[in-house]
Amino acid sequence: MKILKIIAPILLVALLGIQFIPTTRNQSEFVPKTDFIKVNNTPDNIGKLLQVACYDCHSNNTAYPWYNKVQPVAWFLEDHIKEGKKELNFSEWDDYSSRRKNSKLKSIIRQIEDNEMPLFSYTLIHRDAGFSDVEKAEVIEYMKWLKDSLQ
Amino acid sequence: MKKVNVTTMMIAVAVLGLTVISCKDEKTEHTEEAGMHSEMNHEKGMDHDNMSASNTGMDSNTQNLQAKQVLTDYMTLKDALVATDEKAAADAGKQLQNTLQSFDVSNFTTEQQTELKDIIEVATEHAEHISRSDVAHQREHFQMLTKDVTDMVAITGTENTLYQQFCPMYADGGGAWLSMEREIKNPYFGSKMMKCGKVKKEIN
Repeated sequence: MKILKIIAPILLVALLGIQFIPTTRNQSEFVPKTDFIKVNNTPDNIGKLLQVACYDCHSNNTAYPWYNKVQPVAWFLEDHIKEGKKELNFSEWDDYSSRRKNSKLKSIIRQIEDNEMPLFSYTLIHRDAGFSDVEKAEVIEYMKWLKDSLQ
Repeated sequence: MKKVNVTTMMIAVAVLGLTVISCKDEKTEHTEEAGMHSEMNHEKGMDHDNMSASNTGMDSNTQNLQAKQVLTDYMTLKDALVATDEKAAADAGKQLQNTLQSFDVSNFTTEQQTELKDIIEVATEHAEHISRSDVAHQREHFQMLTKDVTDMVAITGTENTLYQQFCPMYADGGGAWLSMEREIKNPYFGSKMMKCGKVKKEIN
């Protein structure tokens, strides 16, 4: 107990301190012409699901609720955004070759089917980002349809 | 008691923060290592060139060598998956990634170049994933990679006789693969279903 009393204030100060370390924000003013939802004319309900569950790490525009601005959550997110955009960037969708689109759609379907995406660590913080079973089925169905229509 | 809870939570948060930072450092090291590998690989490629310098058709020769190397790496990967050897498959994926990244398309026609660039871009991504995934995920990417390598061979041609084989049991409409031998050794199931599959097509 005594140890905790000593450590707690130190941690508190550290936690406050790291809030002042600047981070890069992944935000853009407008939706690019190459955006997935725009290009594919994605239905509103699917588009919203993608924006909430995927776009934070897989587009050039992250929604930052207050807890995403708080350290160390912001760092955690920043790292995932960098990784995420490298793998798949919905903002640059139409710049992808048709071969790459096809490959990405396959991976999207598999990742969602296997519950690998959205990341558990992300939905843990971001409670509304997880798909319900119905939503999951809808997104997968849409992605499969899109993949077939592109071929 | 409440205080203890709050403190524990704060410690957890701090530890999480530190983990994130240390993860970042590790990644940088990996990238450097990868850079070294590709340099080494480049040297290896130069040796190949020197060895075959007697051939005057240097351009088409390099071209063949590159395509041949892709196939060699692909076969190493396939054999590792047949053996369900995750580590060997990861190494082969890394090797293939390097080969693809140094692939020079300049000797092909403009149309072929565009196609090849697309293929190489996507195939490189699959190879990279294979180099850092578990075996189930490696097989998923191998399935997609096979399509790219098959399309690549259609452009570059090959001296080897290739057998396009197919197992309908694998996910997503079945899994195809290329092999240098007619006999079926299944890279998608390994020892679980070693003989599952058929020769669909002979290339060359």
